[in-house]
Amino acid sequence: MKYTEEHEWLRIDGDLVVVGISEHAAEQLGDVVFVELPELETQVARGDEICVIESVKAASDILAPLDGEIVEVNDALIDNPSLVNADATGDAWFFKMKIDDMGALDEFMTEDEYKDFIS
Amino acid sequence: MTDLKRTPLYDLHREMGAKLVPFAGYEMPVQYPMGVMGEHQHTRSKAGLFDVSHMGQVILRGEGAAEALETLVPVDVVGLKPGRQRYAMFTNEGGGILDDFMVANRGDHLLLVVNAACKDADIAHLQKHLSGVEPVTDRALIALQGPQAEEALARLVSSVTDLKFMDFVSAEWNGAELWISRSGYTGEDGFEVSIPELRAEEFTRLLLEMDEVMPIGLGARDSLRLEAGLCLYGNDIGPEITPIEAGLNWAIPKVRRTGGDREGGFPGAARILDELANGASRKRVGLRPESRAPMRDGTPLFAHEADADPIGAVTSGGFGPSVGMPISMGYVPPQLATAGTQIWGEVRGKRLPVQITPMPFRPSTYRK
Repeated sequence: MKYTEEHEWLRIDGDLVVVGISEHAAEQLGDVVFVELPELETQVARGDEICVIESVKAASDILAPLDGEIVEVNDALIDNPSLVNADATGDAWFFKMKIDDMGALDEFMTEDEYKDFIS
Repeated sequence: MTDLKRTPLYDLHREMGAKLVPFAGYEMPVQYPMGVMGEHQHTRSKAGLFDVSHMGQVILRGEGAAEALETLVPVDVVGLKPGRQRYAMFTNEGGGILDDFMVANRGDHLLLVVNAACKDADIAHLQKHLSGVEPVTDRALIALQGPQAEEALARLVSSVTDLKFMDFVSAEWNGAELWISRSGYTGEDGFEVSIPELRAEEFTRLLLEMDEVMPIGLGARDSLRLEAGLCLYGNDIGPEITPIEAGLNWAIPKVRRTGGDREGGFPGAARILDELANGASRKRVGLRPESRAPMRDGTPLFAHEADADPIGAVTSGGFGPSVGMPISMGYVPPQLATAGTQIWGEVRGKRLPVQITPMPFRPSTYRK
């Protein structure tokens, strides 16, 4: 698993990249009460605000970590936003995207590097 | 950054793992490890303890104090019986609200409990117009709220079971004089307890040791009061909003209205009495977004999906943990203020339907 400085995690699943938010981010957000997911089959550019997470405290965005196409979204989060707090790095993935070059993931942090980053 | 003040319970907050934030000049707990949602639910099901020591406690002493205070507020203070408390607000010359507060008749004096952010201005306002103003600076204030609040507090002060909603008494606890009212800001039954500051931590600790009592931060305090339909000063009411616009007509009794024995005689009376007779140009309403997206304060409201100009705005909004859906309050023109009317709120550039809804969003459980 790789991590971005925006507190997202990325996991390779076949030829797709699965994206969610880190447990640290979920903890900072507090209880999540609403999630808005990106549209399927849209082309996104790195840095685009493509998801919204609302917690009891505030709204925040999830940015596209890479250029690519959204090919799957996790509808379970719509009905049960609290999954983000319960299982941030497992069941609470947000979307899967198809990217051109898996090598682009190399630049992101490893889990250990991310732990240093947030400490 | 200016130095933040601390309440007498600051060390206790730290010890309990509170996340502290600046609020009205104080370093206050916004949440504890349980989290906002858990704290909210705990208060609704058991008993939540809030530190509200940042609020202002002000004594008003002297013969005719009630008559004098009535020159600043549109409520009935003269008719307030000893041992009773009621809701009041200072108005300005334009009829807007300078602050909302509680006033209790304590026999030989009145006690006002005012908002933290307004207390310096309130005290200046009182001192400018009245005599016998004595700010209380050596007392903490806590609130214990929820269905098990009575049982918990009665273990320390057995007489609280005799109190009804808005009763106010003094009670002795191990040599300390407590001022106790049966009131709060959550929609729940509960109490507010003023404690000499040197005894505050000891008293609060005893409550927190009880199984049903957990500490609750400002985050849950906000979602609890929002579900109860209660105004937050600075958001839902302020110097540009009259009590009538805010739907606080119930706080202005006949005796202060046109034709009453003590009609008017408070700042902004002309406008407020006119609005009571003829209606205001906007009304505070409950709002229920039809999607799951919360509509937070500042969200512009539109009569129709494609309208260019907003008709009002949300003043408080978020997720209501006990109602399980997003809820808001805001201001709309009176012709759109009827429950069931559908209007639109713009969230992140999208117009989303929202319905005018009666408040409170969750029925209150005051012990009347």
